[in-house]
Amino acid sequence: MYGKGILKGLSVTWGRFWATYTEDLAWLVRGKKRYFNQDGVKARAGKDTRGIFTVQYPEEHLTIPEEFRYIPFLVYDETAEEKKEVRCTSCGICAKVCPPQCIWIVRTNDPVTGRPVPVPAEFYIDADICMNCGLCAEYCPFDAIKMDHDFAIASYERNVYNMEKLLKPASYYANIRPLNATREDEARKAKEAAKAAKAEAAS
Amino acid sequence: MTTTPLTSTVDLVARFPGFVTADTRPGFTGFIVDKNKLVEAATAIRDEFGYDLLTAVTGVDYFPENKMEVVYHAYKITGGPGLVFKVQVPRTDPVEVPSLIQVYAGADLQEREAWDLLGIKFTGHPDLRRILMWEGFEGHPLRKDWQEPFYEEDFKPFKSRWPDGKIEMAEDKNPYKDNLKFPQNFDPEKWIPEGDALLYGSLAKYTITDEHGLKSDRIVVNMGPQHPSTHGVFRAAIVLEGETVLGLKPVVGYLHRNHDKIGERNTYLQNMPYTDRLDYFNSMSNNFGYAVAVEKLMNIKVAERAEYIRVIMAELSRIQNHLVFVGMLLNDLGAMYTPALYAFEERELILDIFEAAAGSRMMCNYFRFGGVVRDLPEGVLQKIKDLVLERLPAKTDEMERFLSENEVLVSRLQGIKVINAEDAIKFSMTGPVLRAAGVPYDIRRADPYGIYDRFDFDVAVRQHGDLMDNYLIRIDEIRQSLRILEQAIKQIPEGPINSQKPQYQVRVPAGEAYGRIESPKGELAYYLISNGKPNPWRYHVRPASFVNITALEKISLGTKIADFVALLGVLDIVMGELDR
Amino acid sequence: MDNEKLNLPGYEIPEDLEHAVAITTLDRIYNWGQRSSVWPLMFGLACCAIEMIAAQAARYDMARFGMEVMRPTPRQADMMLVSGTVTKKMIPAIVRLYNQMPEPKYVVAMGACASGGGPFKEGYNVVAGVDKFLPVDVYIPGCPPTPQALIAGMIKLQEKIDKQSLKTVRWYKKGADTVEIPVPILGPDLIDPRRNAEIKSIAAAQKG
Repeated sequence: MYGKGILKGLSVTWGRFWATYTEDLAWLVRGKKRYFNQDGVKARAGKDTRGIFTVQYPEEHLTIPEEFRYIPFLVYDETAEEKKEVRCTSCGICAKVCPPQCIWIVRTNDPVTGRPVPVPAEFYIDADICMNCGLCAEYCPFDAIKMDHDFAIASYERNVYNMEKLLKPASYYANIRPLNATREDEARKAKEAAKAAKAEAAS
Repeated sequence: MTTTPLTSTVDLVARFPGFVTADTRPGFTGFIVDKNKLVEAATAIRDEFGYDLLTAVTGVDYFPENKMEVVYHAYKITGGPGLVFKVQVPRTDPVEVPSLIQVYAGADLQEREAWDLLGIKFTGHPDLRRILMWEGFEGHPLRKDWQEPFYEEDFKPFKSRWPDGKIEMAEDKNPYKDNLKFPQNFDPEKWIPEGDALLYGSLAKYTITDEHGLKSDRIVVNMGPQHPSTHGVFRAAIVLEGETVLGLKPVVGYLHRNHDKIGERNTYLQNMPYTDRLDYFNSMSNNFGYAVAVEKLMNIKVAERAEYIRVIMAELSRIQNHLVFVGMLLNDLGAMYTPALYAFEERELILDIFEAAAGSRMMCNYFRFGGVVRDLPEGVLQKIKDLVLERLPAKTDEMERFLSENEVLVSRLQGIKVINAEDAIKFSMTGPVLRAAGVPYDIRRADPYGIYDRFDFDVAVRQHGDLMDNYLIRIDEIRQSLRILEQAIKQIPEGPINSQKPQYQVRVPAGEAYGRIESPKGELAYYLISNGKPNPWRYHVRPASFVNITALEKISLGTKIADFVALLGVLDIVMGELDR
Repeated sequence: MDNEKLNLPGYEIPEDLEHAVAITTLDRIYNWGQRSSVWPLMFGLACCAIEMIAAQAARYDMARFGMEVMRPTPRQADMMLVSGTVTKKMIPAIVRLYNQMPEPKYVVAMGACASGGGPFKEGYNVVAGVDKFLPVDVYIPGCPPTPQALIAGMIKLQEKIDKQSLKTVRWYKKGADTVEIPVPILGPDLIDPRRNAEIKSIAAAQKG
């Protein structure tokens, strides 16, 4: 019969249309909130999602996975005197590995001896060149540069980030990437302990 | 990965004594053919030795040795390793090499590209115009002595970035304060743009003469570069008589982002994220191809677990590509949005997996030489299982139920020939289009890479080569991919995810490598030449989309303009890969 | 009474008029109308275009902002979303499309490439940012910006629209309609007709 295929296809759209309402009802019966609620967002990103698929950004957000990467930022540790201790030693690996070469670092030189000091004097990232590839964070030996999760950064002008804009506290990093931060902290502590043990054995 | 000698079965030297020598440079394979015997040798390679699929034609500028080389890669359609043959000519203009277009029609656009970017003149080519750049552009950019306006240094990393990286915009270093470069004493007011005169000239042969000998009217329609159904910035100049396509020339290069040139400045690792941006639907496949090529050069093994992760990612990427293909094809045919929206739903779920594992939805940058960046984070494998075992099979069935029997769609698709098997091979087509024409050629089977030889799957093939078959074969391939995925998920072992130590500068021995994979769109290959330094000497991408549109003219002649949209649609081009 | 005060929630409507009228300013209602129906030009350049399509699809659904009506013709579009790398070969077409769009028109540079050249900035065929030719209203960093980042950029554009005033917008000024951006010409390199004299003098000064 001509038109059977069309009807069959329409049954699919019809089913999809109804699924939204049956799903809404099911959530209602269970007494749960489907919209504007993290459970609902999770369910809509799950394997059984049916019916409405929309995430009502900005009212609700998709769950950002830990490994998500956007623009890089620099991590600093907060010391007791509220001083910012920048982890970066200006070793330059990130600037070397950066594929579009969008990182600029000026190394600090000791004013007396003229020898390099392991702190960056200036640090720039041109966010309009950056390709969000994450290689800088991947190869940084000091866990100093990391990829941010913040994507709502549209602006009315070009985006060249300086140190002030790039620096974010370690607590922020631990917040967006808890698993990575813990693992790296442990590795660093183990390394320091091994170093200390070695120094002790030597002395 | 062990490299088997590619040319063990062919003795071209004995066939053409005195004109052909084996390429004996360390790390290189194949034959060097004398320029004057090239056409004859190529004919023999095709007819006597059976290498009927010429996949890649590209040039190499050996600037220090004052030589130019053209490299040809030919394969047998029945499978097996390929044959590499090369022509070397002195690097003094005009650099001339005979065109192989009469032997392998698929060489057409690739020869034009080599002319455009390297300035190699292919004598006998009927339509040797620039292809990626425009007529009138100054110089041939891929030559090693040609420098772009924002040229900083020959190789990355640039010294100005560290340790004294006072930020400076590239614009400030250029006299024109922009990405510009003009010859000395150039006067823009006196410049007469060549425009499209040559393009229209090449279309002039399509004239119609009625029975009284009168020249009748024809219309040239430019479709694109901004057109909703050209999948990006593709342009086709079409000669029409009424609604029938009389002649056609594809015009490309509107998204030419200079991949090869940038790739030759980059280090090997730095190229990995750039490959993401080739076929931006399938960054996982692009990564795969590049990793395969570099691993061939480095001669390293891939960690076992990483091999499985790679296959899983590549096949997931194929599934979402084909789903979106179906949605977009229907969009082109006028079924606006609904099928595309359904396809994008499943795509989003697959992208969630990429985002969780690689960190980005589209630009995954997930592969490293010897493995992958990181292991699958917790819960991701379960997510993949849920999708592969439950959701995707059901949704593929639903897509079929939704569309495959729809009478309107069937009558629109059935019987409209895309290409037959013989022509498809002649024009070097690969991928689903070739298989829909009845040729079961799939690199995963014909020349296996990674661990594809361990999986049980069928090469999807259809016989008619019409639009309907091109649609159905994508559904078939989704099913086969699901089969591979099921096995991969079951077999994936625990263990390290990289056989190498993470390092940002890999040591690559001198030599050449041609790494090819079956991307969702066809053969994606990378041709690399290393001279032992941290940066490749030659980095060439052989994209499926670019070579597949060689046949576009052949495919569309005589069809209706409304069908042209669908014909272009089934080629499944993506401009990032086509223009690079 | 000035606009700012009227826009404040504290403004009291006389009791007998409450629930019968709403008081607003002309600016506000004009901007509201405009921000809720920004129709983008159906025009994709590169990778970012795919994220643009994804943002139009079911999961992010830009229709919630009145931005779902993608017009393939510039004559019906309000916003040009420059979604991807702008190449020298393509920029004449882009400028032409921009010139064909009726006012009010907005340009959004989506992603690193459109904003400043992006990872391909060093390439010989790449325009280092569409703002070299067109006035850009909003820059969205990212490579590519995720659909949510794109929507965040669109909200930023809406905020910009909210701030405009009928008295100062360029399209009600005299002669505004005739302002066209000269279409670049493809020469030995990209020629911007506005810079002809400059190019000539620099080309004459350079060596070999």
